[in-house]
Amino acid sequence: MTMSSELPAPPPTEPSAGGPPPLLGADDVARVVDRIAHQLIERAASASPAGAADGGLADLVLVGIPTRGAPLARRLAARIEAFSGTAVDVGTVDITLYRDDLRLRGVRALEDTRLPEAGVDGRLVVLVDDVLFSGRSVRAALDALRDLGRPRAVQLAVLVDRGHRELPIRADYVGKNVPTARTQKVEVHLAEIDGLDEVLVTGGEQ
Amino acid sequence: MKRHLLEAGDLDRADATLVLDTAGQIESALAGREVKKLPTLRGRTVVNLFYEDSTRTRISFELAAKRLSADVINFSAKGSSVSKGESLKDTALTLEAMGADGIVVRHGASGAPHRLATWVKGSVVNAGDGTHEHPTQALLDAYTIRQRLGRLDGVRVVVVGDVLHSRVARSNVWLLSTLGAEVTLVAPPTLLPVGVGSWPVAVSYDLDAVLPKADVVMMLRVQAERMNASFFPSAREYSRRYGLDARRMAVLPDHAIVMHPGPMNRGMEIAAEVADSARSTIVDQVGNGVSVRMAVLYLLLGGAPE
Repeated sequence: MTMSSELPAPPPTEPSAGGPPPLLGADDVARVVDRIAHQLIERAASASPAGAADGGLADLVLVGIPTRGAPLARRLAARIEAFSGTAVDVGTVDITLYRDDLRLRGVRALEDTRLPEAGVDGRLVVLVDDVLFSGRSVRAALDALRDLGRPRAVQLAVLVDRGHRELPIRADYVGKNVPTARTQKVEVHLAEIDGLDEVLVTGGEQ
Repeated sequence: MKRHLLEAGDLDRADATLVLDTAGQIESALAGREVKKLPTLRGRTVVNLFYEDSTRTRISFELAAKRLSADVINFSAKGSSVSKGESLKDTALTLEAMGADGIVVRHGASGAPHRLATWVKGSVVNAGDGTHEHPTQALLDAYTIRQRLGRLDGVRVVVVGDVLHSRVARSNVWLLSTLGAEVTLVAPPTLLPVGVGSWPVAVSYDLDAVLPKADVVMMLRVQAERMNASFFPSAREYSRRYGLDARRMAVLPDHAIVMHPGPMNRGMEIAAEVADSARSTIVDQVGNGVSVRMAVLYLLLGGAPE
């Protein structure tokens, strides 16, 4: 796996105690999530027929890529509901069984795959992940999605885009663009998993 | 996990739990799909090497491997070079030369998969060897118990019947005790193996006495082909003392389930009305077998070779 953000993070104690200052703090993460939620509402509205009661949101499915894309997708859904009053469907798709680099590494435990009951056929699916790096995770997610149904369109939302793509993939919604060196690591911590929200860039030449 | 799955003892508690969890995730990932196929093992070759007939186990492994996109070769001893006298070792080396990444082996001789594992580079999965072990059956049984009862720790499992000849019973004893279940074996004294006293189990000869406290009753098949040595007086007597009928089923606690590895002798060890009742997990076990075998193949073959 090429995405450093998916490595098991050490249990954090203090926000980046002793290390470099976080690239995004808890407030920044919250703002970014709010902004993407607003963008999703706008785009859904512009794509829906004029006068649709739900603003096109019934069409929308947020699908998180475990580990940290899953809580991000749930947060986005919660904020969309807070802003628009409409609940949106959320799911998760574990991509481990679709990875093209399984043979290069050991196997790992699988995580949840759960789609909303209505499925994804004919709907707008927004994949949600924490870090966009090589693009291989996203390709695996696209492969997984193809086996799950036929969405009308698929978009991608990420908290951080750190560059170094190995595939022609780009995100539709980006929390923050972060130019990094390949040797650096981008670590995303989320309260649901790590106890606090922050994004750190570590290692390599700053 | 180790490279091979030869016996239930190869799995410690963490490994066994990983297999069951992985099977659960695979099942939920495939639930409700039209395309029940994953690309995980694309380009890998799995050989089903069956020296004994076993349609259901072979089909279950074949389906599991195919759902993970592996290439599957079915090799049955009948009509092959084995009937011309080729040894297990030569067959193994042939398969090795053909690039088998995984070999699923069923053999009439206890220990054959262990020998095979010393000759090949790929992973070996024991699909039943003699009267020794059948670890994936035990895994799917454990998975089914957890699915129905929600846990394995402290679950009271009663295994009834021909323990002496049953590899299913042996694998279940080891796996279930690894996972914290309490196993009681119930059988005529003639059908209990020597040395059962050293197993982590309780032993009883009285089925009626243990049923009221059982969470799970696992019936073993009476293997007619092995009943030529007067292990019990008559089929009728066996059925009367050790068969599970509606009267005995009524004694079970409300939540208790009835399992059977199949194929069943209806009317012998299990009454038809029990086999078809809502407590029976026999059909679930078959479906769960595919998920559990997918999990085993993924965990053994999915990653980088060591």
